[in-house]
Amino acid sequence: MKRQLGAFTLGLAILLGLTLGPAVQTPAQAKTGLIMGVTLEPPHLDPTAGAPAAIDEIVYANVFEGLTRIDAQGQVKPGLAERWVIEDDGMTYRFILRPGVTFHDGAALEASDVKFSFERAVADDSENAQKGLFSAIDSIEAPDDKTVILKLNRKEGLLLWNLGWGDAVIVDPASAADNKTHPIGTGPFKFVDWTQGDQVRLTRNPDYWGTAAALDAATFKFIPDPAAQVAALLAGDVDVIPNIGAPEAVAQFQADPRFQVLVGTTEGETILAMNQRRPLLQDVRVRRAIQHAIDRQAVIDGAMFGFGTPIGSHFAPHSPAYTDLTGVTPYDPEKAKALLAEAGVAPGTKLVMKLPPPVYARRGGEVVAAQLQAVGFDVDQIPVDWGQWVSEVFKGDHDFDLTIVSHTEPLDIGIYARDDYYFGYDNPAFKELMLKIDGVSDPAQRNTLYKEAQRMLADDAVNGFLFQLAKVAVAKKELKGLWANAPIQANDLTGVKWE
Amino acid sequence: MTGTRLPQLWIGLVVTVSVLAAALLSLVWTPYPVDAQSIIDRLQGPGAAHWLGTDMFGRDILSRVLGGAGTALLVGSAAVVVGLAGGLPLGLAAAMNRDGWADTLIARGADLIFAFPALLSAVLIAAVYGPGAANVVVAVGIFNIAVFARVIRGAALSVMARPFIRAALALGRPWPSVAAIHLLPNIAGVIAVQGTVQFAVAILAEAGLSYLGLGVKPPDPSWGKMLADAQTLLYLDPKQAIIPGLAILWAVLGLNMLGDGLRDLLDPRLRSMRARG
Repeated sequence: MKRQLGAFTLGLAILLGLTLGPAVQTPAQAKTGLIMGVTLEPPHLDPTAGAPAAIDEIVYANVFEGLTRIDAQGQVKPGLAERWVIEDDGMTYRFILRPGVTFHDGAALEASDVKFSFERAVADDSENAQKGLFSAIDSIEAPDDKTVILKLNRKEGLLLWNLGWGDAVIVDPASAADNKTHPIGTGPFKFVDWTQGDQVRLTRNPDYWGTAAALDAATFKFIPDPAAQVAALLAGDVDVIPNIGAPEAVAQFQADPRFQVLVGTTEGETILAMNQRRPLLQDVRVRRAIQHAIDRQAVIDGAMFGFGTPIGSHFAPHSPAYTDLTGVTPYDPEKAKALLAEAGVAPGTKLVMKLPPPVYARRGGEVVAAQLQAVGFDVDQIPVDWGQWVSEVFKGDHDFDLTIVSHTEPLDIGIYARDDYYFGYDNPAFKELMLKIDGVSDPAQRNTLYKEAQRMLADDAVNGFLFQLAKVAVAKKELKGLWANAPIQANDLTGVKWE
Repeated sequence: MTGTRLPQLWIGLVVTVSVLAAALLSLVWTPYPVDAQSIIDRLQGPGAAHWLGTDMFGRDILSRVLGGAGTALLVGSAAVVVGLAGGLPLGLAAAMNRDGWADTLIARGADLIFAFPALLSAVLIAAVYGPGAANVVVAVGIFNIAVFARVIRGAALSVMARPFIRAALALGRPWPSVAAIHLLPNIAGVIAVQGTVQFAVAILAEAGLSYLGLGVKPPDPSWGKMLADAQTLLYLDPKQAIIPGLAILWAVLGLNMLGDGLRDLLDPRLRSMRARG
């Protein structure tokens, strides 16, 4: 009897738990602090020692700063370097540091700290995830306390932009080793504490060199579950969620006068990656057939409720170097079938599609699988968690045929030139083109070459190019100064204030 | 007393038969293919084209609820069959070897299995072998083996103490034939009752695991998966959660009422045992 009662209660609980959502309101009050809900908890808090975006989303521009910084529009602005002079036909960069900058532990910022930071980033035992940002730097000199001279081994048109990344922030030699658990930077916010599994707290830095932050405190709460994010916003537990995991909930917030919804762009190219180590997917006809089978707008509507921009190659549509290549391999199931027949692929050929947790992957996977099914593939959808995805798909034996993932790093088309990257694309012509771009500093010329690179990937149908992730933020109405777009992975709170 | 319990039996029977009918129907016919998407028709309300509306991929909800019944039926019956296939011989062996080494071994084995809730072992199996309906069947089936072995041992012991069994043995009938001819028919009621209960447990386990993403793989229909998908749609379209929720409630309630009614119909004396234990 007990077991039956238990079963019955469980059934009821599932039903009730789902139908009675929280709808509690909190009274409005003058606020000076901010609680932000972020999806993922970072593994640690040192942006110079790991790739996860979750790190930068907390500490970039808030706790740590670099010589330059990237602003809300994706433009390079002076950071800890007040100004710079480019000499020697682009082979030497002379940076002048701002006066009066101190780290949160009181130490003054000196040119030697910059030298230390960059040398630490490229050291053999460095865990820096983006050593390539520094690859053009030949030597670093600090002739006096406020001057840093970078000598390059080749021209690097993106150097100033590279130095604005979270991976290139300036750290203090005395505290650098502990930055993973107790980050000490120069930013407008100081680290307070980190409750594992719950939140990271920051407080305003009263000794900040620039305009002090309007917020006196900032708390980052980790809320991985999209339904819980919606509930937390409605209950007033968080003030803002910069990347809401449930696009279907957006309409409800748009209709609610207590909230504002900011829809912007990100650097997230969402792709159906194809494992080119598999003989089947080495055949460009099969890859083109897969791309022809995909109705991008249906994927965006079905998985993201319309939030997203179709892409035809691996490039962000808001970039000046972007070229629209969605017409190269448009949605055309008949053509897909013809190509498959030509390539000798029998109907019912099985493809294993591994799907990490975000909705763009799991739901996008359901839509893409149905579309591939329609041209004759038998798609086996396997939901995996991030740990499995990294160990089975990204690293290790690369045991997958297809996967859906969003590449959120800015200007990351260079991944297609990497040796033994997870989707296994190997094209010497593309690698050569990437090397050529590295040596060009003229923006117009670079853009032309980037367009050429995009076309090469689209013609080769390297991966199924689906859509650019939108950044959909939901915040309380009174909150101002939030970034609408995400040109880099960051939640810069410098200019955020309550109205 | 039996008379007052009968309505429960009949209600349970009708509800269960309706679920079985829906499940069987889904194997041969659904209004639309269960995984046919039509993105532009997504999240429609009930109407002439889609009686229960459509989900977020524009799939027909009625078809998916029927298909979900099919999944629940397959997983539930497979888990009960696995449990019976293992539990029946083990339970009978334990009863005949009362307090012997085989009995002790089986009892301890069952204790070990009970120490891990079925759902937990299912999560474990799914973590190792990946999600899939077969893993749900294995996990719940193993749990069911222990349940059936224990229940059958107890029932068999009480029947074996009765004179006709001893008489049959005294006449020189071999054990297996005594068990088949005299023992089994007398414990069939207990097995049937336990079977319905374990069936309900398996349906809940399948729903729970699919809800967690460890059960049946998309795009196969499952009530638990429907609930999971509906979670963030609660404010936009609550029927996405209510319909599969009611389906689970309906099926489990029916099976439990049927089990209760069957128990009273087949062996009224069990009631007094329940009162004591």
